Amino acid sequence: MIWAVAAALWVSLASGVYLCLSRDVFRVALGLAVVGAGVNLALLASGRLGSVQPAVVPKGQPFLELASNPLPQALVLTAIVIGFALVCFSLALVLGLIRDAGTDDALELRAAEPVPGNDIKPPATDPAHEPEWPPEGRA
Amino acid sequence: MNSRIVILAVVARPLYLVILLASLWVLLRGHNEPGGGFIGGLMAVSATILWGVAHGTTAARARLPLGDAVWPAVIGLLLAAISGVPGLLDGEAYLTHRAWTLAFVSVELKLSTVLLFDIGVYLAVWGALAGYALALLAVDEQEQEGGPA
Amino acid sequence: MSALATAPAIVPLAAAALVTAVRSRPRLQQALAMAASVALLGCALALLAQVAAGETVVVAFGGWPSPMAIEFVVDRTAAALVLITALMGVAAVLFLASDADVGDRHPLLLPLLFGVLAGAGGAFVTGDLFNLYVWFEVMLICALGLLAIGARVDQLDASFKYLALNLLGTLLLLFAVAAVYGVTGHLNFTALAGAAPAVAPGLWLAVLTLLMVAFLVKAGAFPVYAWLPASYHTLPAPVLALIAGLLTKVGIYALLRTLGDVFSPAPAVLYEVLGWVAAATMLFGVLGAAYHWDMRRILAFHIISQVGYILLGIALASVAGYAATLFYTLHHIVVKANLFLIAAIIWRLTGSYDLRRIGGLYVTRPWMTLLLLIPALSLVGIPPLSGFWAKLLLLQEAIGQGRVVWTVVALVVSVLTLYSMMKIWMEAFWKRHPDAEWQPPADTQLAPAWAVTVGLAGVTVWISLYPQALLVYVQAAAATLGGR
Repeated sequence: MIWAVAAALWVSLASGVYLCLSRDVFRVALGLAVVGAGVNLALLASGRLGSVQPAVVPKGQPFLELASNPLPQALVLTAIVIGFALVCFSLALVLGLIRDAGTDDALELRAAEPVPGNDIKPPATDPAHEPEWPPEGRA
Repeated sequence: MNSRIVILAVVARPLYLVILLASLWVLLRGHNEPGGGFIGGLMAVSATILWGVAHGTTAARARLPLGDAVWPAVIGLLLAAISGVPGLLDGEAYLTHRAWTLAFVSVELKLSTVLLFDIGVYLAVWGALAGYALALLAVDEQEQEGGPA
Repeated sequence: MSALATAPAIVPLAAAALVTAVRSRPRLQQALAMAASVALLGCALALLAQVAAGETVVVAFGGWPSPMAIEFVVDRTAAALVLITALMGVAAVLFLASDADVGDRHPLLLPLLFGVLAGAGGAFVTGDLFNLYVWFEVMLICALGLLAIGARVDQLDASFKYLALNLLGTLLLLFAVAAVYGVTGHLNFTALAGAAPAVAPGLWLAVLTLLMVAFLVKAGAFPVYAWLPASYHTLPAPVLALIAGLLTKVGIYALLRTLGDVFSPAPAVLYEVLGWVAAATMLFGVLGAAYHWDMRRILAFHIISQVGYILLGIALASVAGYAATLFYTLHHIVVKANLFLIAAIIWRLTGSYDLRRIGGLYVTRPWMTLLLLIPALSLVGIPPLSGFWAKLLLLQEAIGQGRVVWTVVALVVSVLTLYSMMKIWMEAFWKRHPDAEWQPPADTQLAPAWAVTVGLAGVTVWISLYPQALLVYVQAAAATLGGR
């Protein structure tokens, strides 16, 4: 069992990192989700995987031997919920970014970091990407 | 103009109610069995998404408690925070939970601060995730109607 | 009262919910936010008063027995950092009432701001490794929301870069938490401290390395700091000041709490590596700052450089080193936030953040020079300002341990810091405005901004002129670290 989990962990981490290295921002977001799934597996494996018996037993009944530890299961549930929220956010963000910037190529996304046109001096930011001055309604 | 599927729009009406009732059942079942606020909240979100696909995101948003996604989230968060206070008043640690059993004529009603916490989680999950989902659906709607607004 | 220990997380969370509820009424929202941040400051002061007397405030949620429960533990270190968090909250909320680069007032700006405060407060007081991860995530989600909320293309671009690298950092942290739990079977800090010596040394080194790398990503250390200068400069000023002051410091605090306290003494090689990482962080941060001409970018790179100094104190692995780290962190948060806020005032008065497009402030606002020079020279470490005492403590200990290279790097970096602070002064204040027709704006609303910056400068001056009080406090705090 533990070897199957280890193999799954390896596959999800490797494929997730591979996707993250892509220039396509949508693939990066997906890759992060896959890496997150792999890490959740690791968290789950940190409590034993030995048994499928329930960890919580009714009062009076004997303690189950080789039952898996319920704490990592609770932890992994928390991590899944948080990861879910982050995946939601990253998808919404990537969608908006691709729509507004008109490209999904990470190398062309230079709105926050303009490309220097000069070897020595840093580029001046495009005024369209700066806060509006003077602030609305003021001279 | 309206490209929505008629069958889905008709079926959505009873299904919405059924899914919400099922989510409430899951919420209350969480007292002693698998279930609870988070999973119930997720089911409620699926009902909202169904309505959003069938009748549009504006209609789905209006169907949420108090007519917006933020309100359930806020109320849920406050409920969950308040549920820890009774333990505090008794001089114990925050979030020490209390349970009472109320006996009516033939029915026993089990009440606890954990239930309050769970209802809070239910509302918070419903509000927050429905907000996300509807925002994503709205992007899709805009594109179908010809580019960003 | 032990319930007070929950305040650093619960008060901002409740505040976030409340200001969301009144989001359609901006004035009421601002007033409530101000009240809530002052309440947080009050709670932080009460906590400080309690721990300064030598008491450690512990609350175990749900009343579970010790190693099982999620605990909040407030010792001197945590209380001081909570106080500075609350102070930053008040400063940011007050500054939002001005019109110096505060962005459009989005109804969810203040809730997210309180979310960041809750994340930082929770991370500072928690006594549980997994809970620490959860607070990091709370901070990450709220900071991402704040980055993306303006919805300009450059802000979305910046949020994506922030998201990609920080999410990888949090996943590393989660992996490390899983590994720690797997080898020790504990998450509670006290229990972990007890279980750590029993683990096989090779395995333990691997686990702690993973944990250290995760926290270094969060702290913005060399070579994993790329997310910081790529994103910070797109934020509106008060949010930027809060995030720039706090977020990297939470990573540093987590490193101090783990390597310096819970898992102390960790394998010596980790402290050695950390020291070289710290030296490289100082140097590369300040070189980035020397290159740039946009005030926000200059200051963002200086965060990295200063993070190097703070990490150096942890790498020295001694009580004096930890005390220096703590002193440096407290002084630095105030100074750095103040510099960002002053840059925003300069933007309001001159029309740009780019030093090439502005100038002539010395003619119109001579007194503002003083306001800039207090935090700027303190950042450099000119005596008798607070940065001097922080660097003195740090370098005394580094020399005492015979770390000549690290000391030399730290001193050289100070000179380079002086260079870029002087660049801001020369370009924004001393030279003429490049546009000869330039008229300073008449209709500004800067009273809250002046109040905040002068107040923060006052804190810096207080630390500068009377460092003894803070010094005694941080030494007492450092003495209890690692002594479980």
